[in-house]
Formats: sequence, structure tokens, C-alpha cells
Amino acid sequence: MTDNHDPRPDDLKQRVWESIQRDELPPKDDRGRMRVVMNNLILHLHPSKVAKPTLKFTYTWGLGGLALLLVAILSFTGIMLMFVYTPSPEFAYQDMLNLQTEVWFGQLIRNLHHWSGNLLVIVAFLHLLRVFFTGGFKTPREFNWILGIGLLLLIVGANFTGYLLPWDQLAYWAVTVGSSLLSYVPLIGEPLRNFLLGGPEVGAVTLTNFYGLHVAIIPLTLMGIVSFHIWRVRKDTLSIPHKLDGTVDGAEGNQVEKVTTLPHLVSREFVFALVMTGAILLWSVWVNAPLEAAANPDHSPNPAKAAWYFMGLQELLLHFHPVFGAIIIPALGIGALALLPYQRFDLSAEGVWFRSAKGRRMAMIGAFTALIAVPLLVVFDEYALDLPGMLPTLPTIISNGWIPLAALLLLVIGYYDGMKRLFKATACETRQSLFVLLVVSFIVLTVIGVAFRGEGMALMLPWEVL
Amino acid sequence: MTDKSVSRRDFLKIAWGAAGVLAAAEAGGVVLSFFSPRIVEGEFGGIIEAGAVESFPPGSVTPFTQGRFYLVRMPDGGFVALYRKCTHLGCAVPWNPAEGRFICPCHASAFEMDGEVINAPAPRPLDRFAITIENGIVKVDTGTPIQRDHTSAVDFVYAEVRS
Repeated sequence: MTDNHDPRPDDLKQRVWESIQRDELPPKDDRGRMRVVMNNLILHLHPSKVAKPTLKFTYTWGLGGLALLLVAILSFTGIMLMFVYTPSPEFAYQDMLNLQTEVWFGQLIRNLHHWSGNLLVIVAFLHLLRVFFTGGFKTPREFNWILGIGLLLLIVGANFTGYLLPWDQLAYWAVTVGSSLLSYVPLIGEPLRNFLLGGPEVGAVTLTNFYGLHVAIIPLTLMGIVSFHIWRVRKDTLSIPHKLDGTVDGAEGNQVEKVTTLPHLVSREFVFALVMTGAILLWSVWVNAPLEAAANPDHSPNPAKAAWYFMGLQELLLHFHPVFGAIIIPALGIGALALLPYQRFDLSAEGVWFRSAKGRRMAMIGAFTALIAVPLLVVFDEYALDLPGMLPTLPTIISNGWIPLAALLLLVIGYYDGMKRLFKATACETRQSLFVLLVVSFIVLTVIGVAFRGEGMALMLPWEVL
Repeated sequence: MTDKSVSRRDFLKIAWGAAGVLAAAEAGGVVLSFFSPRIVEGEFGGIIEAGAVESFPPGSVTPFTQGRFYLVRMPDGGFVALYRKCTHLGCAVPWNPAEGRFICPCHASAFEMDGEVINAPAPRPLDRFAITIENGIVKVDTGTPIQRDHTSAVDFVYAEVRS
């Protein structure tokens, strides 16, 4: 009974190899290339074929891929850092010093983690802007936009919890200020803050809590939602970039040319990832992550600033009653952001940058309006306007909350209405102009908070702040 | 039997749903209470003996670093213990003896000697801790900060005049 029913090759080495890699390498034809993408664990995140116009770099700027690369770098360096760090007030700061002086390449790994973490906040935000400006959130991609907002919030949460771990003055007071923002939420704010910090102040329990959140809960949740996000991108396919007149580069009629993912997309991703890894590495070799004196709960530095991405909020707090600055205005912002894809579209501009030529002009006007109006309003409120002083009989929640918020909302509605009439524009174009106005306003507030606020949070020029 | 009666299918659906919600609530309760703040017994959070009444002259501000409060004795002899945490964003507020007020280094909030706000952005006076005076010894309960919208006469504790 020696008849051979085993179809595998005779050579053992070849049998082992084929049990791992099922397809012929290198593939001979397009069919083979598609099979490799389909059967490979990592490559199967891609479809086997992609529309050629979507490969254009200036359409996506590779921002989603870059975010993924940063998550990979962060996971890798983060796990390394876990082996040389103790999340306890007695050891944390000393571990940081040892990391930078005793551990081989410790400073480099810390720099990579620090800069990648901060870059990830920026890249995720830019990714959101890109998707908005190319209409990438339109049906059927509404829910993926929501997932993206969730990811952005998680990324900020990861950054914020990581901020505390070095346990230096910067970390301690940024987290004190940042978590105090939370305590202004009516009713549940203070219990929530106490729950997160493990007490009324930042202390040993806070460090343990934040460590657990930073190394386990947030990364795991992030990985889960990232997988969902990418899976939805695959299911919904990428929107095709159009020119203003509706035509697509290299397309005849309605037929958009498709090319195999391997090598067209994979090679581009590989090169971009390589270039960005090199850039981040180079930056991390030259620029050290900051480390100040050890945390001292008895002494607040002057000024005490939150993490840079919260400085826009902290700036709002200087102008509004805390409930408005820290809670109502940000909640309105995030709520509006989440509702964006569910608005009715009166312009089919999917895949067109800035919707239309008119849309582009209106977006520019939005940006310039914010660039001029926000600094003026900040200076006006700082030096001239004193609503609580002018209305001493009213509680500050009305005089410095409802009244300025109502005024701002009226301005926003007036802007929307005025722009729509002035340009005889569609709702999509006007909404975009308003979006630009608000986003640039937030960026300007952040810049003012980071660069123009010095001792006692007084307004001053950037070279006086430093 | 009326038409409004619940069918067996509906009853089971509701029963399953209720059991699911109950199980989720129980699991949530376990997780929440597991992570609820642990009260660490120690200097802060308990009752602190500040010292004898006579050792705090009227019009003085004495910092207690471990207890995280200032024991203030007003010029009229009334005691108030002020939590040093700024009511704006939680910075540690230092006493400025030259200006006779508390000035927060973070966002320039300023407070009177009794904790009342002089200068925004702080939304309310510094929180206070309850004080008891037993046998001429001032004791401060740092367990729960007491919030107030304005300072008032009830904030101050006076030593009994001993003859």
C-alpha cells in the first residue's frame, strides 16, 4: 500500500516554506499579485486592486498611513520604555533620569516616543481636515467619520495620560490643570475627576491610574477601533479624486482605471513610511524631549500651562466662565463635527478639493476672517471688555457665559447667512467656509495660548514668553 | 386574556433583555467600585492638630504643607482653614505677605485673606476645611473641602474666651 496521496513536494524545506507562504513569489502576473495581497495577513488590509487616481499623493497626503506608522513606532518604543520605568512617585522621575543617562539609547527611544506621540495628534487632526476638504465623509462613509473622531479623542487621551508619566513639574501641573477642566462638568464633573485621579489632587494613585490607561486600556481600544476604521475604508472604498469640472484624470467616460495593489500602492506606502521613519529618527537624534525638575506639589510654576493641544481650551477659559470655556463650547464643537456627514448635501463634490472654485475662495475668506478677528477679540476682551464688571448684579455664568456665547453664536449665524447670500453659494460651500473659520479660530487660540501667554497668563510677545 | 397580554415570545425577549441589563449593571458596578478612589490614611485627608490658639496671632496666615491648607486668623480673632488649591484650575496658591493676599501663579486669580475672590478667573472663594477648637487646640478636618459661593460669618470659628 504505497500509493501516494500527498500532493506536497518531496523536499522538506520546500514543504515548510509552502506551508507559510502559499503563493508563488515573486508573482508572475496580475492574478498572482492579487492573490499575494489577498492571502497575506498584513497586505490583506488592502483591496487587491485600487482605482489609479486615488494613488495620487496630493489627494490623501498619506496621512492615514502615516498615523498608522506612528502607532507602530509608539507601540514599539512604548513597550521598550515599560521595561525601564516604574509608575510610582518615588521612582518615576529617577527612572527618567536613568533612562536618559544610564540606559543604552534610552534618550533616543524616549525622544522617538515623545515626538511620535505629539506628531500623531497633529497627523490625526490633519487627516480629519483632509477627509473633510475632499468630501470623503459623504454617504456611505458617515459612520467611519464618527469612528475617526473617536480615534482622535483616544489619541489625545493617550497623549494626555502619557504626559504625566515623567513626573516632572511640566507633567504634574499640566495634568493638574487639564484634569481641573473636567471638574467643571455640572454634577458628574467632580466625581469623574476624583475617579480618574483617585482623589482630589494628582498623586501616587493618579500615576498608577494613568499608567494603566496609557499602556493597556487606551492602546487596546485604539487598536480595536483602528481595525474597524480600516475595515470600513475597505468596505466603503476610497472616494475618487475629481477635477473641478467633474472629470477624473486618466478615465474614459465612467470607467476609472484600476491597478493591482501590489506593487502600485504597496511600493508607495513603503517608500513614504521609509522616508517618514527616517525623518522622525533624524529629528529624535537631534531634539531631546523636555524634562524639567521633579514634580513638586507644593509649588506651581508660573505660568502653569496644560498640554499644548489643550491650550486652545485654556485660552477660552480666560475669556469665558469655566463651564462654557471647558465644557459647553468644546461639546458644541465636537457635536457639530460628528453631525457634519449627516447634514443634507446640495453639492455632489465628493473627491473635489474644497468643493468648487467658489468653495475654495470662501474657505480662504473663512481662514482670513479667523486670523484677523480672533486676535482682535482676544485683545479686546483682555484689555477693554469686562462683562462681569459691567453687569455686577448678574452671576458670572450669565455675564461671562450666556451673554458672550450668544453674541458669538449670532456672529457665526450672521457669517453663515451673509456668506451664503454674498456668494449665492450652496449650503455645502457655506458650511465649509464656516468650518474653516472655526478650525482656524481654534488653531489661532492654541497658538496664542502656547506662544503669547507668559507669566500670570498675561498677553506678551513670543520672545518674552520664553 | 386580552389583546394587550404579553406573548410568550415577548415575555422571553423582555426577560432576556432585563437579565442582560442586570448582568451588565452588576459587572459595571464591580468594575467601578474596584477603581473607586482609595483613601490613603495619612496626613492629608484626616484631622490635623494645628496647634494652640495662642500660637496664631490675629492677622496671621500660617501654611501647613502636609495638610495642604493655610490656617488664617483674621484680625478679629476668627479662624478659617483655607485649602491651598486654586478654585480655578487646581494650582497651589501661595500667600503673598507683601500684598496681603493669595495670588495664584497659574492664571493670576487673587484671593483675600479670608479666601474671597478679588480677581477672576477663579469662580468662587478658596475652599475651606472645618475647624474645631478643643481645650485651646485648633484642629482642622482635611477630609472634605467645603465649597462656598461667597465668604460669610459661618466660615469663622472663634476661640472661647477663657477667664
